[in-house]
Amino acid sequence: MAEPLLCIESLVRRFGGIVATDNLSLDIAHGELHAIIGPNGAGKTTLISQLIGQLRPSAGTIRFAGQDVTHLPAWKRSHLGLARSFQITSLLRDFTAADNVALAAQARDGHSFRFFGNARKEKGLREAALAALSRVGLADRADVVVSRLSHGEQRELELAVALATRPKLLLLDEPMAGLGATESARMVKLLADLRKEVTIVLVEHDMNAVFALADRITVLVYGRVIASDAPAAIRVNEEVKRAYLGDQHVVTRHG
Amino acid sequence: MKASSLDYRNLVAAIIVVGLVALPLFSQVTGNFFVLTLFTRIVIFALAAVSLNLIMGYGGMMSFGHAAYLGIGGYAVGILAAEGFGSGFIQWPVALLASALFALVIGALSLRTRGVYFIMITLAFAQMAYYVASGLSRYGGDDGLTIYKRSSFGGVINLSNRVEFYYLCLLCLFGGIFLVWRIVNSRFGLVVQGLRSNEQRMQAIGFPAKRYQLVCFVIAGTMCGLAGALLANNTDFISPAVMYWTRSGDLMVMVILGGMGSLFGPVVGAIVYLVLEEFLSQVTEYWAMIVGPLLLLIVLFGRGGILGLIGRFSRG
Repeated sequence: MAEPLLCIESLVRRFGGIVATDNLSLDIAHGELHAIIGPNGAGKTTLISQLIGQLRPSAGTIRFAGQDVTHLPAWKRSHLGLARSFQITSLLRDFTAADNVALAAQARDGHSFRFFGNARKEKGLREAALAALSRVGLADRADVVVSRLSHGEQRELELAVALATRPKLLLLDEPMAGLGATESARMVKLLADLRKEVTIVLVEHDMNAVFALADRITVLVYGRVIASDAPAAIRVNEEVKRAYLGDQHVVTRHG
Repeated sequence: MKASSLDYRNLVAAIIVVGLVALPLFSQVTGNFFVLTLFTRIVIFALAAVSLNLIMGYGGMMSFGHAAYLGIGGYAVGILAAEGFGSGFIQWPVALLASALFALVIGALSLRTRGVYFIMITLAFAQMAYYVASGLSRYGGDDGLTIYKRSSFGGVINLSNRVEFYYLCLLCLFGGIFLVWRIVNSRFGLVVQGLRSNEQRMQAIGFPAKRYQLVCFVIAGTMCGLAGALLANNTDFISPAVMYWTRSGDLMVMVILGGMGSLFGPVVGAIVYLVLEEFLSQVTEYWAMIVGPLLLLIVLFGRGGILGLIGRFSRG
């Protein structure tokens, strides 16, 4: 029996007196699309940040592809095949779309202590960038500076950058955030395509998207896993219903 | 739109290059040697400003201690000369190496911090260098050290010849600009500029930020150490004053005035700043009161410095 791609064991993260990740254990299998949902403040982004290495856990271990990565810095995890997209778009705003993606490809292509030669004219990097851009439908926007791209295009670019690092595991933090209906639909279609190639952990508030895409869904409340199961089982889970619809009234209408 | 502003920048750069190359000829014909002396100084400070622009403009590292390298390069020349090592083939490599080492140490420590803390810690290190130099009583201490003989390069070049020395300085400046130009377009340069733009993102796609920033910091420091060696030869004198924090401030002003993150911006900045200093200080000793508001106006209305302004006017 092969080890899951990602094993999270008894992960704890405290911010002062607040426990944002509370003894959380979770496995992500190869090839699955695993959605993580939960009310605001459930600790979803905190979890992603720990997985990617931007936040140190207070306790617990994270194993990725058979290796303990709990104490590895973010850039080393990236080389192992972990990639993330950010909830709040985080790109190089004064660079073009192609530059953003080419840099990700460059990161994969060994070290960058090359001081001569025009990197923007390197065919390999540009082709890789263009391939990732076409993948998300941005090929014709390659030479546009990021700050001039629409919000929806920036979300797609986030995804292209993550893809260009050739990840084994893609951590997507609310890729649909702020997207209109058409753009959302396009993103869902894109993710449905991508899941055939790469394992995905999807944090998302859009329940239609989550139930349409996920193989398994984990529900987080106050940093704890209250349920982790197939979509159909989650839909009828009493505890989940209570967390979402009961005394909290955070979300009133969801798929 | 973008292309036309770029054309104007190239035009400005071309005028500067031709002007600087032709200057000794002008000086010879008119018999005006003062202008050559002034511009030798300007070219040296332009090289220092170009090196600062690499970390400040392209790398986003606001170093407030860049003048320290002027002193280190200068003292390497001065101390070796005082100890009887007159050859430039010894003095200059030592000057570059000492600057590189200093940059490596203070860079490794300073780059642990960000923002205002980075500014303050680089300032503190430069001030430390200043006080160490002041304490070198064997080498003049506070009063500085007179260099009785300029670096000798065998028969290759004679630094005591005004014109030859000027052209050497100019060669170093052009070499520095060429290096920066190649660096900022290289893989390394894109990473450094990416880190300026969004460090978190760069870490997430797999770049160890500090290593790249530190190497960039060392390159800039070494380049400024060369300017220091030139400066000491130009004035035949080196004193702690060249490392004082106001000197670092001058370099920052040159970079901002001319245009951060543009190749020729620091050169424009150095020319404008030092020419203004020269002529205004003849009129009034409070010349800084005129330069100050001018800088304020440029920063407020001319983002991208003088070169940025030229670009904007050219677009109408």
